[in-house]
Amino acid sequence: MRYIKELIALTAVFLFAGCTQPTVPDPDPVDTTYGSDTGGVTTDGVDDGGWGAGEEVSWDQMAENLPAVIYFEFDSSDIRAQDADTVRRHAILLADNPDARVLLEGHADERGSREYNIGLGERRAQSVRRALMFQGGQTNQIRTVSFGEERPAATGSSESAYSQNRRVEIRYE
Amino acid sequence: MLLTRFALTLMLAICLTEVAGAQGVIIDIQGGQIQRTPIAVVPFGWQGNTPEPPLDVAEVIRADLYASGRFDPRPESAMLQKPTTGAEVDFDDWTILGVEAVVIGRLIQTGDNEFTVQFQLFDPFGQEQLDSFRVPATRAALRRETHRLADRIYEELTGIKGVFATRVAYVSARQQAGEDIYRLVVADYDGANEYPMLESTDPLMSPAWSPDGRRIAYVSFEETRSSIFVQTLRTRNRIRVSSEPGINGAPSFSPDGRKLVITLGGVDGNLDIYTLDLRTRERQRLTTHRAIDTEGTWSPDGRYIYFTSDRSGGPQIYRIPAEGGEPERITFEGSYNARPRLSPDGETLALITNDRGNFRIGIMDLDNRNLIVLSTGQQDESPSFAPNSEIIIYATRAGGNGVLETVSADGLIRSRRASGSGDIREPVWSPFPRF
Repeated sequence: MRYIKELIALTAVFLFAGCTQPTVPDPDPVDTTYGSDTGGVTTDGVDDGGWGAGEEVSWDQMAENLPAVIYFEFDSSDIRAQDADTVRRHAILLADNPDARVLLEGHADERGSREYNIGLGERRAQSVRRALMFQGGQTNQIRTVSFGEERPAATGSSESAYSQNRRVEIRYE
Repeated sequence: MLLTRFALTLMLAICLTEVAGAQGVIIDIQGGQIQRTPIAVVPFGWQGNTPEPPLDVAEVIRADLYASGRFDPRPESAMLQKPTTGAEVDFDDWTILGVEAVVIGRLIQTGDNEFTVQFQLFDPFGQEQLDSFRVPATRAALRRETHRLADRIYEELTGIKGVFATRVAYVSARQQAGEDIYRLVVADYDGANEYPMLESTDPLMSPAWSPDGRRIAYVSFEETRSSIFVQTLRTRNRIRVSSEPGINGAPSFSPDGRKLVITLGGVDGNLDIYTLDLRTRERQRLTTHRAIDTEGTWSPDGRYIYFTSDRSGGPQIYRIPAEGGEPERITFEGSYNARPRLSPDGETLALITNDRGNFRIGIMDLDNRNLIVLSTGQQDESPSFAPNSEIIIYATRAGGNGVLETVSADGLIRSRRASGSGDIREPVWSPFPRF
């Protein structure tokens, strides 16, 4: 049952991403606009001290502008619809930059057994890994690690802490 | 390899030297439901070079017997006499107090750092001596030898082997200068003599004793990956025994100490149970299911490996022949049963169970498969049996921190340990010490 749900979630991510993979990131209405491959960054008075004009945008700089944490429901490793775009943009970054290396850190909330929670954190990291690979990320670009409940983002025994701790952190290495 | 060794040495170098923990028992009984037996432990006589003895032997014995939950050592102020030799004992002075056993003894200095502890145990109502014993002890071993005497007294009076000379390993975590500091600690069963084996800024987890009590296996996340180490207590030398891609977790020793059962996840993150021969480094894969299979632990007779699997949807306990075969499901009650640990006598299984929304410690009788909940917290975890199979230690949460509790296997005696600083988790009880 769990695997079927995961498949559906993957399919949803895929549909959301569209069928063709763009080679440059879509301009983001909030973030600084990326230039073309040869150009730099358009700084039109909004940028508060980013990169200078004419400078090449490296993949790690692009990575810094992407949300780096994906959150999960209780006992679930399904990527939620609102995170599909984030995952898609990381996948594009990986596809466009074969040198980029990413570490997916899976985490769980504190409830239950510690080693089983290592398993749940890994399941979440693998869910993100498969979504990234499905959309162009390569095996050799992606490494996973699960910290289970050992590295909580929020402390305390409340649902709000739990929901912040059920997560995958996407770190470029 | 050289580099690794260097890194390890560095890490061990920052590790602290032995820290004397709070001396004295730091256990607070939370209300036993059985009648405690009144007993008297008379202050021990002292013959030595100093006015005061190096250790209050009687007080250590009193604290041990009290901590067991089965005895009520009477205060010194209630004693009508304080004999230190058998000839001085007047049984009437003790029957009038209603005490069912009297312990007397002497601590004798035999060298600069050498001592002899001797004791006698009397039944004042039967007017007879039940036991007498003496042990030599160095200054450093005095407390430990006193725990051994308490073990002997406990066994004489209850018929159950005492665990006062055993130790507990656990992991503690705390924040220091904005950094998480994880420590693997070994302490006496009562929390005294805390000895940090390892300190790391990356998580440490899943400590497991070797059957001879000389080594501890654990998982470390140094270098942002999980690896399994085996560390020798005496020398502090450690060996990285498993560092495969993906998860390396949940180590537990075979009864003969030659193998570990471990969990490996691989690149694709499918957690399965393996055994690892510590000498040949040969691995045998026991499970292949795509569900989470983890937390393997040997049955004391070596025939089975019990483990957690969520192949049925939620986590439940299964077992598989240690040489490989078909998994058999053991738990059916409730939606969540994990982290199996067998009692050393092989008769019961301790686990974490979801009890109406709370994660609690349960035990299952392996004969009739009845499951009983023993703890009362919301986040109780990591049950571990004492080597006499009578007591289970586990971690619970109090005031936002992990603390340790013990409960007797019949559920009647529960106690909490006053904890040092930090968040304490994953207690594992040592085997009986070998002298």
